[in-house]
Formats: sequence, structure tokens, C-alpha cells
Amino acid sequence: MGKLTFTGGIHPYDGKDLSKDKPICDILPGEELVYPLSQHIGAPATPIVAKGDTVLRGQKIAEASGFVSSNIFSTVSGTVKSIEPRRVVTGDMVSCIIITNDGLYNEVNYDAYDEIDVDNLSKEDIIQRIKEAGIVGMGGAGFPTHVKLSPKEPDKIEYCIANCAECEPYLTSDYRRMIENPEMLIEGLKCVLRLFDNAKGILAVEDNKPDCIELLKKLTKDEPRILVKALKTKYPQGSERQLIFATTKRAINSKMLPADVGCVVNNVDTLCAIYNAVWNGKPLMERIVTVTGDAIAEPKNYRVHIGMSYKELIDAAGGFVKDPAKIISGGPMMGFALFNTDVPTTKTASALLALTKDEASKYEPTPCINCGMCLEVCPGRVMPKVLAECAEHADYEKFEKMGGLECCECGCCSYICPAKRHLTQSIKSARKIVLANKKKAGK
Amino acid sequence: MSDMMRVSSNPHIRSKVTTDKIMLCVVLALLPATIFGVWNFGLHALWQVLLTIAACVAAEAVYELIMKKKLTVLDFSAVVTGLLLGLNMPPAAPLWVGPFGGVFAIVVVKMLFGGLGANFMNPALGARCFLVISFPAIMTNFNCDAYSGATPLAQIKAGETVNIFNMVMGRTGGTIGETSMVAIVAGACFLILLGIIDLKIPASYIVTFVIFYGLFSGHGFDPYYISAQLAGGGLMLGAFFMATDYVTRPVTKIGQIVFGIILGLLTGIFRVFGASGEGVSYAIIIGNLLVPLITRFTAPKAFGEGGERI
Repeated sequence: MGKLTFTGGIHPYDGKDLSKDKPICDILPGEELVYPLSQHIGAPATPIVAKGDTVLRGQKIAEASGFVSSNIFSTVSGTVKSIEPRRVVTGDMVSCIIITNDGLYNEVNYDAYDEIDVDNLSKEDIIQRIKEAGIVGMGGAGFPTHVKLSPKEPDKIEYCIANCAECEPYLTSDYRRMIENPEMLIEGLKCVLRLFDNAKGILAVEDNKPDCIELLKKLTKDEPRILVKALKTKYPQGSERQLIFATTKRAINSKMLPADVGCVVNNVDTLCAIYNAVWNGKPLMERIVTVTGDAIAEPKNYRVHIGMSYKELIDAAGGFVKDPAKIISGGPMMGFALFNTDVPTTKTASALLALTKDEASKYEPTPCINCGMCLEVCPGRVMPKVLAECAEHADYEKFEKMGGLECCECGCCSYICPAKRHLTQSIKSARKIVLANKKKAGK
Repeated sequence: MSDMMRVSSNPHIRSKVTTDKIMLCVVLALLPATIFGVWNFGLHALWQVLLTIAACVAAEAVYELIMKKKLTVLDFSAVVTGLLLGLNMPPAAPLWVGPFGGVFAIVVVKMLFGGLGANFMNPALGARCFLVISFPAIMTNFNCDAYSGATPLAQIKAGETVNIFNMVMGRTGGTIGETSMVAIVAGACFLILLGIIDLKIPASYIVTFVIFYGLFSGHGFDPYYISAQLAGGGLMLGAFFMATDYVTRPVTKIGQIVFGIILGLLTGIFRVFGASGEGVSYAIIIGNLLVPLITRFTAPKAFGEGGERI
């Protein structure tokens, strides 16, 4: 049997050895926590606390302002210092709730939930619990999970895929989750399966994690609805559209949703959060963050209180052993470069990566020699070289005609380009402009 | 560490493969054919190749200095052009011919159209055709110290017999680098193993040519004639090193196969129905001109386009 995979993709140095054997450890936040009101796709949340209010850990501090939006919870007890714009990972200034930590971690009483018989929860109750807990896609996109789990025709969902690929180099947070809390992941997936009567669950793991595959297979051998599938190790195997194709041979374009081909995809940490929400009634307050890179003294995996600063994570990991040339929130392929580490962790923060070499600016771009490598690696099967040319000439009509909107910005083309052209960057900018123009025209 | 870190768009890592490394590999891959050519034809051939390379590099540097452009000679692309043109020279041609062609290749075919990546035709082949038209007596005279008389393909065309073993090994007359099938294929294997070129163009080219030749030459699929045709007339050098030139071949996979088929047909037409019995250079430069069309009609379909709903 051929390995499950997709066309295109690359094999970068994976750097996972730095942190893969470091158990998840807890870390307490500092004095000030920052909660951006927009850490998900959709409308920003609306604050429901005011300056000077005292809050408890697990207390809702901002409420979803629509269906596609998400609640936000305080992860410490303390007082609301202010609500003001702060710098976030993307470099933008975003309105944030600032909370001063009193160091007591007094928690909200979740007792009300315990009175409910979890095994007999209705589908609506499960979705309600997930929605209430403020769960969003924690793999990076931040799409509100309750929206994902409410397709128009739930009976047509055939596969609930757990995205355990973790294809980004250096990241090990999902790996540690799978090794340390596999039952949480499986229970989370079972919660999702309860919503879709005709669906099978698939745990899709890249084959560079044989120990996870074995462990998950062992734990699910008595689960008739759950399969463990090994994927070929290749970036971007964990990209939603590529993952659906690899596991089910169904292909969707950028305008379709996974539900259109009967699939729902959730990331490892998201499923763990779903488990916590459904079984314990706990809101989303923590996530696993890998702090790694060759500039970090002791690479580690942390269970982080969402809202704490990246700076504190670096300090906890022993600071820098060498001067970092670049600090990245997320993986090296799709992460955001930070110009300042004093930005808050959010629901979608999977890693902090500090590299001593900045390969992106090490090389000067030279003329395209038409080698075709970008076409070969492009998982979206578009022509990055042509799209980048259209972008540079501001020919947005041709850009769209050539499939520019099908690009998933995975970065494979820029990675492989021997002329070191900034293909992804050009295409990304053009996509932003085209999408913005469309929005304008639509209104 | 400064307070402000450098930011840039994703991705933040890059592969180690660069344009100059690729070009250097092509030069290395051409060395077996070059060394064989020098051994076969003597030191005059070596000077011809070296001077042609030097002329190409110098022409690019001087052009860029005059035009106040960034110097790009270190990317080895001019070396590749010079080497390929040198290998395409008759062994006894006067030493000014190669360099003269080299300047034409770089200035007219490459730099005037925008330099590396922007030329529409393989510079070495463009220059070779320019030289053949300008100095036909020099460019078609393959008499030298080692060999006299016509090239093997011309002999076959004239109805004479040739020694196939010598042709495959390269112990025949011809241009400096085209005679040895063994040396050329050895170099090509190196590039294929490194993943710099693949078999799509050479294979579709050669297969198409063999079928065409078998059908229309009147000799059928006689191994004697087929192997003579494959080993002679620069077909191997053309198929593996010139047709696969990144800049002037289609970038899509299907386009590359279409391109190879077109080259095979053209070479077949030139060799079977033409006067000279050769024709690889013309086939490739005509093919080069069709590349934009081929690329346009073979653009790949985006992933999930048309939405394969189940």
C-alpha cells in the first residue's frame, strides 16, 4: 500500500530533536496578562469586564459578538488593569484586556457542570459547551470550533479527522500531547464523533512519529469508529486540504469547506480542549507551546496560561545561548516573525522559535531561471513563479485567473527557490489585495 | 541582541540549493564530454573551449559594467553558455570563432533580452546557428589532425558505412563535445541523480525521434541506423544539456513532454528530409520559440479545482 500523501511538498530540516523528548512542564505567568479580543477568525469578542473589576481564573472576560466569534476567559485571578490596544504577534495593534495577576489562581467554581450527566448530553449541549468554552482551531487558523462542528447537514459528515501531522519543522507540542495525554485526544475525538452519527474518526499521524502511531493504535483497538492512519512525512501534510486528500482522496478548493466533502478536521490541542470543555466544563485557558530553536538555551514544551508574554517563555527556557537573528511565533514555514518578544501568547500560539540564522534575508533574490521547482513542490498545484510575476506587476486579474486564490501560503515555493525569490511573500500580498477588493465590491 | 528583531514574511527557512550551485553542477556534468573532446581532438580544442568561456564571462561582465547593472558573472551561467558553445565548435576552427560566437551569445541572445532567465532562446545554440550562417565554411569543416572527411551522419546520408562502436565511444569526427555518447550520458546521469534535470524532455525527445526515424527514413527500426543516429550529430548533447536548459524549456510537466515530442519530430524532419543530415540545433531553437505557447496551454489545474464533491 502506498503511503498516504498528496502531490508536491518539501522535506526541510525538521529540528524536532531539540525538544521532542522534553516532557510538557507547567509555567506560571508573570504579573501582567494580555488577552487580545481578536485571537480567532471572525468578529472580535466584546469585553464584559471593566477597568478595576476583579476576575477569577476561568471567568469569561469577553463574549463572542456573533456566531463566528469566540468567548475569551481569564487564565489567572486578579484585577482588570485596562482595556487598550497592544501589539500582537502579527505586528498589529489590537484591542486587548490587560489583567494584573494576583498570583492566587482562585478559580471559578465549575460545579454547575458536574451535575450534568456527560454520557447523555445531547448534540446541541455538546456544541453549546464547546462554544461556551471559547474553543477555536488551535493549529494556527483560529477558526471557531463550534462553527466547524455545525455543518448544514451533519448526517453527511463521514470523517472526523484529528490532525496529528504536526508537519511544521521544530514543533513538538502536538507530539508531546499525543505521548503524554493520548486518552484526552481520543476522548476529544469521541466527543466530536457523537455529533456525527455516520462518521468515522481518523487519527492522522505523520510516520516520523512511530511511537505515537503505535500508542494510539493500542489505545483505540477497541474503538470501532476510530482509525489510526500513518501519513508520509512531508511538509505541508498537516495543511487541512492536503490532509483531507491524503486520508480520504477527496480534494477541495479554497472556496469549499471540508464539510462539503464530508470531513471535519480538528487539531490535537483543539481536541484536548474539547475534551476539557465537554467533560470538565472548563473553558480554553491553556495550550502547549514549544519553545525551541538553536538560540534557546534549553528548548522545552510548556503548558502555557494563554495571555502570558512570549518574553517570559524565553526567560523560563534559560534565555538565549546565542544571539538570535530571528524570533518566530509558530513554525519556520508559516509562523510570524516578531520584532519584539513582549507580545502575548494566544489560543493559536503553537511555538516560539529563536533561530541564530535568518535564512530568509541571508540570500539576495536573483532572477528566476525557470527551473520549475516551485511548481513541483506547490501543494496547491498552481504556478508560484507566474503568480509572483503577476503580483509584482500588480496584474490582479491574471493573478486570479491563474489560481492565485488557491494558494495556501504554505511557503514551499520560497523555501525551494534556488534563485531565493520571495515568491510566497509576493503571492501573499497579492492575495490580500484581491480578497480586499472582492470584499469591497461585494458591499 | 538589539531590542528590535528583524521581521519578514514566511517562510523563515530556505533550502541550500542556489542558482550558482545548479550552474556549477552543469559545468561539472559537462566535464567528461569536454575532457574526452580534448583527448580526441587535441590541445587546439582545449584552447577553443577555454577562450569561448572566457569571452562569455568577459562579455557579460563588460556589458553589466557599461549598463551599470549588478555583476552576475559569479552565477556560472555565462560559464555554462561558453562551455556549451565551445563544445559545439568544430575542432579545427580558428581560435577567434568561438569567442566571437560567445560574445554574440551573451550580448545579443542573453543580455539584450534581459539577462539570466529572460532570454527566449538557448544562448549557446543561438550563437552556434549565427556562426553556421555567418561562417559556413569554418563551421561545417570537420577535418582536423585526428579525422578527415565528413561526419558519420553525413557519411550515412551519402550511403557510406560507419563504425557504430567508435560512434558510441566518440572516436569520430564532429564538434568538440558532441561525439562521445558515453561521456555525455555519464554527465547527464550525474545531473539526473542530483535532481537538476529529469528524463521527461530527453526521453520524450529521443523516443519520438527514434519512432519518426524508424517510420520515415526507409531504414525501418534497423539497430545499426538507429544507434548511429542517436550517437551522432549532437543529439545526446542537445537532448540532455540544451533542450533541458531551464530558461528556455516549458516549466510544466506536460509541457516538457510536449516540448520533447516537438524536438523529436523536428530533428526527424531535418535529418530525414533535410539536406545536411543533422539539425539538432535548429530543432531546439525552434522548439524554444514555441515554449511560451506550450507553457500557456499546459498550465496545471489548481488543487481541488472544479470542486470534486463526493
